[in-house]
Amino acid sequence: MYSQGLIGADGQTHEDAAFLAAFQARIDAEQKIEPNDPMPEGYRKTLVRQISQHAHSEIIGMQPEGNWISRAPSLRRKAALLAKVQDEGGHGLYLYSAAETLGVSREEMTEQLLSGAAKYSSIFNYPALTWADIGAIGWLVDGAAIMNQIVLCRCSYGPYARAMIRICKEESFHQRQGYEIMIALCNGSKEQKELAQDALNRFWWPSLMMFGPPEGDSVHSNQSMIWKIKRFSNDDLRDKFINASVPQAEKLGLTIPDSDLKWNEAKQGYDHGEIDWDEFWRVVKGDGICNRERLKNRRRVDRDGAWVREAAMAHAQKRRARMASARIAAE
Amino acid sequence: MSEAAMPLWEVFIRARNGLSHKHAGSIHATDAEMALHAARDVYTRRGEGQSIWVVRSSDIVASDPVDKDMMFEPTASKIYRHPTFYEIPDDVGNM
Repeated sequence: MYSQGLIGADGQTHEDAAFLAAFQARIDAEQKIEPNDPMPEGYRKTLVRQISQHAHSEIIGMQPEGNWISRAPSLRRKAALLAKVQDEGGHGLYLYSAAETLGVSREEMTEQLLSGAAKYSSIFNYPALTWADIGAIGWLVDGAAIMNQIVLCRCSYGPYARAMIRICKEESFHQRQGYEIMIALCNGSKEQKELAQDALNRFWWPSLMMFGPPEGDSVHSNQSMIWKIKRFSNDDLRDKFINASVPQAEKLGLTIPDSDLKWNEAKQGYDHGEIDWDEFWRVVKGDGICNRERLKNRRRVDRDGAWVREAAMAHAQKRRARMASARIAAE
Repeated sequence: MSEAAMPLWEVFIRARNGLSHKHAGSIHATDAEMALHAARDVYTRRGEGQSIWVVRSSDIVASDPVDKDMMFEPTASKIYRHPTFYEIPDDVGNM
């Protein structure tokens, strides 16, 4: 999913051949690259783009679920959802810090998100309409995210890999809490089970799109693989996700909304139906169901919080000044 | 929007007594007190720590990776600093 951040990435770089060869030798030897190490400009730019978009996804991702905190059906569910949404915020912060080690400021990244210049994962532009959607999001959306993030733990850039290790440790609870919600609904009344099936119907395809379109011979994607920013193709990860999710849906007694889905004995995996990439591009380009609402909310929150940040800065400045004058008086 | 940049702080966490503080990540805060609060919220949601240090990132002095060889390579040739350099007969036992 976070390879969506690589769409349109400019991996061009202008260093001389000797520099690039020395850098590639380090990558090939599985050495991690750390913030102050010499690195090609294209490597740095590609990472800034991917990590900041990943961070934006975590921050915007708080919205669809945050919408249900006040309406969770029990205190247990509410506490879990609150903790999960808080985690997403924390994950955004780890990732912003990782991106900042590459010389981009938090303020610049925030500005890019608010102006619409930077993207975030397409999945968060779909609404969470019912409580069952909270189950489906945890199960499928977090499931797909984990599939992506586990391989990112081995990314060649040290700070990104370390942030991912932390995030992966925390995220396994997210998927389990989602699946548990689905189990409860599927063991409930007929209406509850229908709610669960409806959520699966709406979230299945957008979850598959999270992995991004097939790369084909995309130059940018190949360069990211060579630099070990990325380790598997979008299709490989998508297949892994489908193979893991189908039996989980069967356990719930739910039907995956894909009439072409069938087991392929030869490849020991599932073949799936055509994904609607037109829909994907519409959402990426800003025309999804919730794109405008998500950004509007984010801008409002940023505006509403501006006075708090200003006051905190003024308070810190005043205290510093007071301490300085007290010191002079004491001398 | 032209807000002043909020200072960056590095966060170090002691997982439990007996271990040293270890770098966990960084956060933005206007002063030390706020930095401690933010570090607690961001980096210790699952009992990761018993103690937190926060240090202004700008106060950290770091070695330059360009000087890596000059700084650290000489130690590689001083193998007599390691116990395995010295030959002791087997029958002396563990030493």
